[in-house]
Amino acid sequence: MILNPAKRELLAAELLEAEGLSPVSRSLTRDALRRLCRNKAAVASIIVLTLLVLVAFIGPYLIPFGYEDPDWAAFRAPPSFADGHYFGTDPNGRDLLARVLYGTRVSLAVALTATLVSVVIGVLYGAISGYMGGRVDAVMMRFVDIMYAFPYILFVILLMVIFGRNVYLLFAAIGALEWLTMARIVRGQTLSLKQREFIEAARASGQKPLKIITRHIIPNLVGPVVIFAALTVPEIIATESFLSYLGFGVQEPLTSLGTLISEGTDAMESMPWLLVFPAGFLVALLLSLLFIGDGLRDAFDPRDR
Amino acid sequence: MINYAFRRLLSTIPVMWIAVTACFFVLRLAPGGPFDGERPLPPVILQNLAAHYNLDKPLIQQYLYYVGDLLKGDLGPSFASEDFTVAQQIMIGLPYTFIIGTAAFLLAIVIGVAVGCLGALYQNKAPDYILGALILVGVVLPNFLIAPILQLVFGIHLQWLPVGGWGNGSLKYLVLPVVVLALPHAGRISRITRGSMIEVMGQNFIRTAKAKGIGPRLTVMRHALRPAMMPVVSYLGPAASYLLTGSLVVESVFGLPGIGRYFVNAALNRDYGMVLGTVIFYMVLIVFLNLLVDIAYAWLDPKVRNR
Repeated sequence: MILNPAKRELLAAELLEAEGLSPVSRSLTRDALRRLCRNKAAVASIIVLTLLVLVAFIGPYLIPFGYEDPDWAAFRAPPSFADGHYFGTDPNGRDLLARVLYGTRVSLAVALTATLVSVVIGVLYGAISGYMGGRVDAVMMRFVDIMYAFPYILFVILLMVIFGRNVYLLFAAIGALEWLTMARIVRGQTLSLKQREFIEAARASGQKPLKIITRHIIPNLVGPVVIFAALTVPEIIATESFLSYLGFGVQEPLTSLGTLISEGTDAMESMPWLLVFPAGFLVALLLSLLFIGDGLRDAFDPRDR
Repeated sequence: MINYAFRRLLSTIPVMWIAVTACFFVLRLAPGGPFDGERPLPPVILQNLAAHYNLDKPLIQQYLYYVGDLLKGDLGPSFASEDFTVAQQIMIGLPYTFIIGTAAFLLAIVIGVAVGCLGALYQNKAPDYILGALILVGVVLPNFLIAPILQLVFGIHLQWLPVGGWGNGSLKYLVLPVVVLALPHAGRISRITRGSMIEVMGQNFIRTAKAKGIGPRLTVMRHALRPAMMPVVSYLGPAASYLLTGSLVVESVFGLPGIGRYFVNAALNRDYGMVLGTVIFYMVLIVFLNLLVDIAYAWLDPKVRNR
């Protein structure tokens, strides 16, 4: 944190310059934000996502039922306002609203952790590869090319089968699955960054490569990394639900949206609410995240529109 | 061209090697052996079993045995079903998965390219928006959600199509699984096609074609389509691998006896041998499909070949 405002201004100007922006176009980020605000789908999605997150994290304190406690008075109860089960209950008498909220929380947690893992791996790998260049770069990128052909999801399933259905393993495994594209994007940016004068200056002043990468290259990558991370989040949520649906995700009594949908599918004729509500939450989550990611990309990269 | 294909083929060897090695050692790290049951077996029997499956040799020797067997096409024994080896079970499931997968692959390409072209030609007009919204639904809704909805609508309420099963491969039984499998990829392909088509249509040689007066249809068919297809072709490799993972869900939901279902069941029952064998089979298949796509790409675009 730099608390001195004058210094911060100076640094901000330097950073912008590092990105090749003249001081005149300093409002580029603001321009992008304005473009984002004009994108109706993105704004609506931000509102929906905020609501979903708030509901998922505050909601459980407001409803009288826990996600794993059966209500002995109501098994397979359809949604009703009278008994307080607004989303109905499942065959074990557990309140579906509580379970859906909990599942949403698990999905969001998986998405955030796994995105973080993928960002850390991808940025470090890409930055090192791009900065080192030459043979190191060739070998590292060849490895990425090779890994693109690797069906990770099967490998994740293999891991889940062998080491038990551990939630943390799931986070890490999904995160380790999504870093390839991030590494490619970061490498491309690094290649153009390292030609700039300020990197040359850092090198001339005798800084070590690792320090140049962490101090000078990575801070300048924030824009593209944020945009791509935003696009990764829905992918990860979809992957997690896919694994949970097949039965390789989180285990009872924990739950996630994928698990709930899988349970709901089995009973979709007799108890359609078990499918409708989790599916609605999942779709709302995926759609809003997708629109936000697309909106961010369009706002920061006007060429693509 | 042949030179390129050969080089590309050589580069698949490390992938396969990494895949096989990783799988093998992950499996050996697993807690518990394949013969740990609820009732412990007598030590003599355990010893004999271990000797039979070479489990008493040093790890590195087991690894060499396994790789050697793999090279001969032997994926090892299945620990759950004693009557079939893993390779036999895969061969039983393969035709179903192959038919569904190929049909879905072709359907996705046809629908995706057609919709993408329409979207590009009517850019920002009504057809573009309507198709775009439909495609978005296909991309966003996970296939395990689309499948039951379609089953409910077409199978139970309208009674047009069977809800599941193979039905000796008659077309009626294939429609729903193939559509569910193809839908997300049709969506992605159409997005890619639309984007690259818009770009191509803005280029000079298209203006020349238009100026010649050959009409919009010939312009698209003869001049724009081929360059616009390049990004689509490069998506087909990953698409093939997503199709295989998608088939896990589709085969389970529709009760088809393909490899995907064997795999899911084996994984749920912790039949390590079967899981390992299937994963390796899938990996080899995907690497091979990627190879085909890359060669097709090089054939379409000479620039890649000479890199």
